[in-house]
Amino acid sequence: MARLNPDNVALAAKIIGRYPRPKSALIPLLHLAQEQEGHLTNDAMSHIGELVGVTSAEVLGTASFYEMFKMEPVGKYVVNICTNISCQLLGGEELLAHAEHKLGIRPGQTTSDGLFTIEDVECIAACTEAPCLQVNYRYFHKIDHAGFDQLVDDLRAGSRSDIPPHGTLAQVRQHIPDDRRAGSVTPENTAIPVWITSAAEGNA
Amino acid sequence: MITDAPRIVTSRFGFDDSYTLARYEATGGYLALRKAIASGPAAVAAEVKTASLLGRGGAGFPAGVKWGLAPENVWPRYLVVNGDESEPGTYKDRMLMELDPHQLIEGVLLACYAIGCGQAFLYVRGEMALAQERIAVALNDAYVAGYVGKNILGSDFSVDVILTWGAGAYIVGEETALIESLEGNRGMPRLKPPFFPAVKGLYMQPTIVNNVETLANLPWIVTNGGEAFAALGAEASRGTRMFAVSGHVKTPGVFEVEYGVTTFRDLIYAPEYGGGILGDRALKAFIPGGASAPWFYEEHLDIPLEKGTVDRAGSMLGSGAIVVMDETTDAVKACLRVVRFFARESCGKCAPCREGTTWLEKILQRIMDGYGRASDLDLLLDVSDNISPGILWPPKQTTICPLGPSAVSPIASALSRFRPEFEARIAQAEQARQSVPVAFPKASPHV
Repeated sequence: MARLNPDNVALAAKIIGRYPRPKSALIPLLHLAQEQEGHLTNDAMSHIGELVGVTSAEVLGTASFYEMFKMEPVGKYVVNICTNISCQLLGGEELLAHAEHKLGIRPGQTTSDGLFTIEDVECIAACTEAPCLQVNYRYFHKIDHAGFDQLVDDLRAGSRSDIPPHGTLAQVRQHIPDDRRAGSVTPENTAIPVWITSAAEGNA
Repeated sequence: MITDAPRIVTSRFGFDDSYTLARYEATGGYLALRKAIASGPAAVAAEVKTASLLGRGGAGFPAGVKWGLAPENVWPRYLVVNGDESEPGTYKDRMLMELDPHQLIEGVLLACYAIGCGQAFLYVRGEMALAQERIAVALNDAYVAGYVGKNILGSDFSVDVILTWGAGAYIVGEETALIESLEGNRGMPRLKPPFFPAVKGLYMQPTIVNNVETLANLPWIVTNGGEAFAALGAEASRGTRMFAVSGHVKTPGVFEVEYGVTTFRDLIYAPEYGGGILGDRALKAFIPGGASAPWFYEEHLDIPLEKGTVDRAGSMLGSGAIVVMDETTDAVKACLRVVRFFARESCGKCAPCREGTTWLEKILQRIMDGYGRASDLDLLLDVSDNISPGILWPPKQTTICPLGPSAVSPIASALSRFRPEFEARIAQAEQARQSVPVAFPKASPHV
């Protein structure tokens, strides 16, 4: 189960083609797999290894370094509450404690209905809007305890269709039209770029 | 000093549609690119050098000089855009990517044109879904409009800009770790030398790694000239710069101000910026340049936001993140939180950082929890000294990258200024140990 589906295999081929070396597509493809399944399955990682020409162990080696890749299923909504310094000063830790009580779980755990996972995260670059959190990497600024409860209720009621399930990041993908593509430049391509040579000739 | 310097990188932030191609074109967008292609790569590089644009990522290295470090006649060269903003307190690159992605793309193109980069990789932080989306839309539009890709604006300049993103690792903001990540590896820094990116970077080719804000300045510089840029600011710090003011201030925000002349007092207290401390309480300390920077206090408020001046005063402007702590702040708690960040984000490559930051966190946690020992403060300094010999500023390091020494900054700061707070917690713990009779249960019924 859970290899990349045919649509994603086609997309993977496009992504790999953008890089001078296939292995550079590893992290983008892991995101693709996580978007498909909500987390990374062993089969998906093996499949990605086949696509970029590395072993499954190398895929796991890279994937396991990065916080956002989940090796186990997580909730449909991953709620990342920032407790780093700017948020701590304005109640980030209290917000996290409130979230733990409200949902009945500790950071890293998932509610039994599979809806919510909470995480105690590092700075998410919204320091002037503290305390802040993200749901599936969508920002919520200056969240108080009542605001958090409302958010949870809304998500439970399914009224936040603007937040896609965990795994989906940008909802628009880069698309390079074939007739506009300049092409990947591999390290073996040692030619001087034409605009550099033509400028040098023009000045000579 | 508060000046009426022009807003260079945030000029479109007031428009609701600031991120669209239509708005960008209506406000002078992509004119710098046309001008550059007409004047040639050398002219663009010269303007940037004249501007003395310091890198806006953290290290503050002059961008024009960095470009010149790529060895001559080694091709291809790559451009890597560092959009992996994750230094605690820092919040500016995300705004630039979300609110004005075309400005960044034009900056990328200008850099590629001047340096001769065959391909550019725009690496956005994984957690920034909206920034990724806005840049994807902007790139798609720019490709169709002929600004990116093959034969840009009908010239012989061709470059693909590839959007990619990380997956949650602070250390990937370090340029060699970013390159490792782009090659599909764990984001662990490389040893410099020999792996200076400008010489041996992505795929062992010359690679220029520039921060988002640095590149976002380029369209203005090319349009208005390097001299106009260098006319703003003071000493080594030219142009304008974005600063995020957060923590205990009345009106936190991200402000673009003239570099080198505006002071910390202006940013924290002026009504148009931070607006003063919450509840008009007294200032306890502030972090002047992100979590890695040693803390500043009341007596540093009148220092201008000028790189050299701040360096000499014993800290750094780093990534332009000012975190304000008022008198109610618990120094032990704040110190622990910053150290915990570095312990969690250590990549594990170098033992002094991997082990040291973890121990620093554990010792501070034990002091915080009321189990501190009288010897703990010396132990903190001893562990710190093993990561950053001498605990000096600028720091020395026993590690490949500056992450380890960064964990030492808050400890050195908090201990030198607020040592009594640590001692009080430890004294309480000592007292508790002596006064409370503790009945130790047997560890196991079988013993």
